[in-house]
Amino acid sequence: MGLKDFLLKPKFFVYLGIFILLMFMPKVLPIYQLMLLESGITFAIMSLGFNLLLRYTGLLSFGHGALFAVGAYSVGMMGEYFPEMYRIEILIPVALFASFVVSTIFGFICVRHTRVFFSILALALSMVLFALLVKLYNITGGSDGIHIELPMMFGKSYEGVKRFEFLSGAYYFVLICVFAASTIIMLGIVNSPFGKTLQSIRDNEVRAEMIGIRIRRYRLYAFILSGLFTGLGGAMWSFVNGHVTPEIAEWVFSGEIVYMTLLGGFMVFEGPIIGAILFTYLKLYAVSFTQYWMFLIGATLITLVLLLPEGIAGGFVKLVTKIRRTPSTGVA
Amino acid sequence: MENWVIYVLNGLYFASFLFLTSLGLSIILGVMGILNLAHGSLFAIGAFVAAWIVGAFGTNAPITLFIVGLFAALGVSGIVGLALETSLIRPMYQRALEYQLLITFGALLLIEDLIKMVWGGTAYYASKPFTVMGNLGIGDNQYPLYFLFAILTSMAAGLCIWIVMSKTRIGIMLRSISMDREMATAMGIRIGRLNTLAFGMGAALAGLAGALIVPTTPALLGIGMDPLILAFIVVVLGGLGSLKGALIGSFIVGETRSLGIVFFPEIELPLLFLIAVIILVFKPEGLFGR
Repeated sequence: MGLKDFLLKPKFFVYLGIFILLMFMPKVLPIYQLMLLESGITFAIMSLGFNLLLRYTGLLSFGHGALFAVGAYSVGMMGEYFPEMYRIEILIPVALFASFVVSTIFGFICVRHTRVFFSILALALSMVLFALLVKLYNITGGSDGIHIELPMMFGKSYEGVKRFEFLSGAYYFVLICVFAASTIIMLGIVNSPFGKTLQSIRDNEVRAEMIGIRIRRYRLYAFILSGLFTGLGGAMWSFVNGHVTPEIAEWVFSGEIVYMTLLGGFMVFEGPIIGAILFTYLKLYAVSFTQYWMFLIGATLITLVLLLPEGIAGGFVKLVTKIRRTPSTGVA
Repeated sequence: MENWVIYVLNGLYFASFLFLTSLGLSIILGVMGILNLAHGSLFAIGAFVAAWIVGAFGTNAPITLFIVGLFAALGVSGIVGLALETSLIRPMYQRALEYQLLITFGALLLIEDLIKMVWGGTAYYASKPFTVMGNLGIGDNQYPLYFLFAILTSMAAGLCIWIVMSKTRIGIMLRSISMDREMATAMGIRIGRLNTLAFGMGAALAGLAGALIVPTTPALLGIGMDPLILAFIVVVLGGLGSLKGALIGSFIVGETRSLGIVFFPEIELPLLFLIAVIILVFKPEGLFGR
């Protein structure tokens, strides 16, 4: 599917409609809701990258929190050590570069294995990063983390501006533009010959190798791409949250990434986006509703796995195909 | 010189309960092919049960009570494990890996909060066995006899598992399942029951390990998180479903930790993970894996 075909599809107009709708959100939503939405969108950018591995390459990473942390921490460290370069147009490339380096190292080690060993390996590597972030406290701020100042954006300084004003103003539009760009790029990737190659490896490793695909190398590329999106999500998230702590590198957060992807439905391209935004709300309301929020989250997770394994988007797609098919079979 | 002896002995104590935890994890992963993320929570249940029993009878409780606590922890964790397997994990065997991992992740969240509901958010102290047993003088240093007791207990439990696994009918069937699941089914082995049994056994071992740790550390919420991750490392180091692997692996991790805390405290934990990663890269099946 080329870009031209895509522009003519009805799906494109739905995307466009959602984008325009998002543009008006700061006018409609109260600031608190808007900030939640923003952190949901950053998670959505990350889960796009995560799903490139899970859905399109067939690798389940249980250590993506570390790559998210790389993006977030590179913003924090830049603010700490190079305050004169603390501009968003420098910070984003730096975060991307840092996630490129780290995901190359992680990927190089992880793609030697598949299935559960890939997951354990990714988990172990993410815990290396977590332990380093905690233990090297002179550099990283230890378990206290790093406070994220408001960055300069396109030559404009936001010193003295309150965070919520920043978040509901210019930053929001930057964020949704980044989000839209990542969605379109990811859509391009999964529909490109490269994306098809990944899917062929996922479906039949042996056959893919037989027709001359270097499977390990392609898995590494997929891992790096996935890491770039995850790091970008982390960098964008750090401004929304205003503070980064090592917890995002811990494996529990990586588990939550898997959860949000499956909540939305990982077999549908848009599923992880829906899941990420929904999870943000779900977790926040669970935390404010009861002190036993983990119980609530765990119970919903188990119900989801047992009753709706396709996730919300997957279930929706299934329902739509069922409705569409019923009349046609009736006629025939 | 004597300091060295103490550090190594401390490492042995650390290794002893790690051995039990990772042995359980390894049995579950080997027989059922499921990576049990809720294993740390079963460990925590054991810790809370033992600490609660010892603490409930006040300060003048007899020392034998701790033995009761150990068995109670073993039993409660085992029963929770059995319940977990029959209710949640059984529908998962035919499902994809992501669902298997997520269901145990969900179980972890559930159990962590169940512990909070039952025992509240406070810490439980049970240091009595530790103080009662006294110390053993090694040179100028004192070595707590309780550490020795813990090492011996875990050795005994390991020996029991070894006897079950290598000498009894059930053990032979369990090993055959972990080697070739389909073939074992074809030979008429009832996989369903043995899966439940293996999960219960693994869970009971985790509970026993949790009970053994409470005389030195209070039972707190989230107490099982660290042992879980360390047990992963042990399983990775030692190889899947191998008793010898779990023993050597936990010895390496225990000693690295104990010596690391003394000599290079900053990088002790990253070093452990790095060792695991290096082993996985060069010997993916672990040191003693098949």
